[in-house]
Amino acid sequence: MNNKELLLDIKNLSISFFTPSGEVKAVNDVSYHMYDGEVLGIVGESGSGKSVSSYSIMGLISDPGKIVNGSIMFNNHQIDKMTEKELQKIRGKEVSIIFQDPMSSLNPVFTIGHQISEVLKLHTKLSNEEIKKRSIELLELVGMNEPVKRYSQYPHEFSGGMRQRAMIAMALACEPKMLIADEATTALDVTIQAQILELMVELKDKIGMSIIMITHDLGVVASMCEKLAVMYAGRIVEFGTVEDIFYNTKHQYTLGLLKSIPKINADEHERLIPIEGTPVDLLYPPEGCPFAPRCEKTMKICLTQMPGYTYLSDEHYSACWLLDKEKFEGEKGE
Amino acid sequence: MFQYIIKRLGYTLLTIVIISTITFFLMNLVPGGPFLSEKSPSPAVLEAMNEKYGLDKPLGVQYKNYMLKLAQGDLGISIKKKGRSVNDIIAEKFPVSAKVGGVAVGIAIFLGIPMGAVAALNRGKFLDNGLMFISTLGIAVPGFVVATSLMIIFGVKLRLLPTFGLSSPLHYILPALTLAFYPMSYMARLMRSSMLDVLGQDYIRTARAKGVSEFTMLFKHALRNAILPIITYLGPLLAYVLTGSFVVEKIFTIPGLGGEFISSITNRDYPLIMGTTIFLAAFLVLMNVLVDIMYKLVDPRIKLK
Repeated sequence: MNNKELLLDIKNLSISFFTPSGEVKAVNDVSYHMYDGEVLGIVGESGSGKSVSSYSIMGLISDPGKIVNGSIMFNNHQIDKMTEKELQKIRGKEVSIIFQDPMSSLNPVFTIGHQISEVLKLHTKLSNEEIKKRSIELLELVGMNEPVKRYSQYPHEFSGGMRQRAMIAMALACEPKMLIADEATTALDVTIQAQILELMVELKDKIGMSIIMITHDLGVVASMCEKLAVMYAGRIVEFGTVEDIFYNTKHQYTLGLLKSIPKINADEHERLIPIEGTPVDLLYPPEGCPFAPRCEKTMKICLTQMPGYTYLSDEHYSACWLLDKEKFEGEKGE
Repeated sequence: MFQYIIKRLGYTLLTIVIISTITFFLMNLVPGGPFLSEKSPSPAVLEAMNEKYGLDKPLGVQYKNYMLKLAQGDLGISIKKKGRSVNDIIAEKFPVSAKVGGVAVGIAIFLGIPMGAVAALNRGKFLDNGLMFISTLGIAVPGFVVATSLMIIFGVKLRLLPTFGLSSPLHYILPALTLAFYPMSYMARLMRSSMLDVLGQDYIRTARAKGVSEFTMLFKHALRNAILPIITYLGPLLAYVLTGSFVVEKIFTIPGLGGEFISSITNRDYPLIMGTTIFLAAFLVLMNVLVDIMYKLVDPRIKLK
């Protein structure tokens, strides 16, 4: 594992949105790193900061958002110190993104071919014919039938799945080191979802890139990812390999998420167990653990102090006071 | 596309027939006539005049005669401008108005669109507020105030620009500016709101994620989507501005078509009223056809049927 090259290293990242009603702390003190070729899943509910933290890798945090603290090292670039001009050279070339809604993510007034070619025109020195040839190749690569015809069609002539394939073709045009898939399959129906996921895995191996899968579908995570970050209220509450998270769950929020997955072999009358309560208001984040108001095992300390990370192994850590309690009791017992 | 244009031209003819019918009868409903003034002519003279211009016949017959001539493209002879055909008058005066109007539309487009785009990009900042103040002014202040203010500043105080006639390119500046002020302001506002809408769209985020520059994002990806409302507005704008404005032509003493619209009515110059109205109507409908075709060129999702 350690002989792999460090591709992404995020340290103590905090991002806030300065709105008229106050500072919204969307991302709080997030740190994680990724090696070349890894697939990382980030799960969490809406507003947990999973998208914002990944957009920052491309420098795509726009007004009124700001990185207030921390550093992002990606592929030997210090992203948080780069100018807009420098960032433009990286976007689409070294790191690409696929967005959630393929229906609105393509520009309706340009042909698919034009939109794919644009990336190549920006980042490569290929001639116009080579660009066209490569664009058609890309369309073929993502499994589009009749790529030559598709090249000159407009987005409105495509179905949702086809548009997402076009988005992937666009994202992969320059064979980036990293692909961020921001709920890339959420808006698609289940069969298309499976096809798109399969395609991403296949292309990942072909190109040798890393993927960050942002999703709230734990099924997707289990099948695709090696590591997993669970985010809640702008923080990573648990990080680990997929096995760690699924079979050695340490954080109560992660546990809640896992319990709320419908089981295929469940009794007809068995109910899903929801996580009670509502997400925290990031305008007024609580003093202690943000999950405490919803947690079943809240202790006094949870409400007043933020828990630090407890490392269960090099790659598995979680922020929960229960772990400190267990550790303390364990030491006492010895 | 070709079929579509043919079809639209057919509708244009129908529109012209309807408009000329309505205008004809409304015009004759208004009391008075071309030969009545403070010093009315004697009944015998009046009768002779009415006979000469066919005004003694029943209205139905007059209408039939007029429409038959119109079908041949003949708009009749002006009653007040002796011996001159309406076709002649329009052919002489329209180019004058169209030149001033063309310059005005050019100014409105090339200032209004960037103004709106820049305001949208700087939303809520000083520049936005400043530009929107100017455009509010442009919409609220009537043309004759703009015209006289420009005259006082540039013609009288600074003595930089001529204030009447059209004898040199310099003469075009003040009337064109006056004409352009309102549409420029209106377009700036249209552009600002439509640009704000487009800048929030997902495909703009996609464009940024591809690594395009701010300039390309704005003037390629956003502008082409944001410009549709402007094109819609451009149809009637072209028709009204190119056919001239009464106020501007009176103030700057420009011998254009705009003046004829009004004076023909006060003169009860029946053929000229009909001619100018039909000309404006036809022009307006044609401009709208042009707009629809431009729509299709800008937005591939639009289908012309």
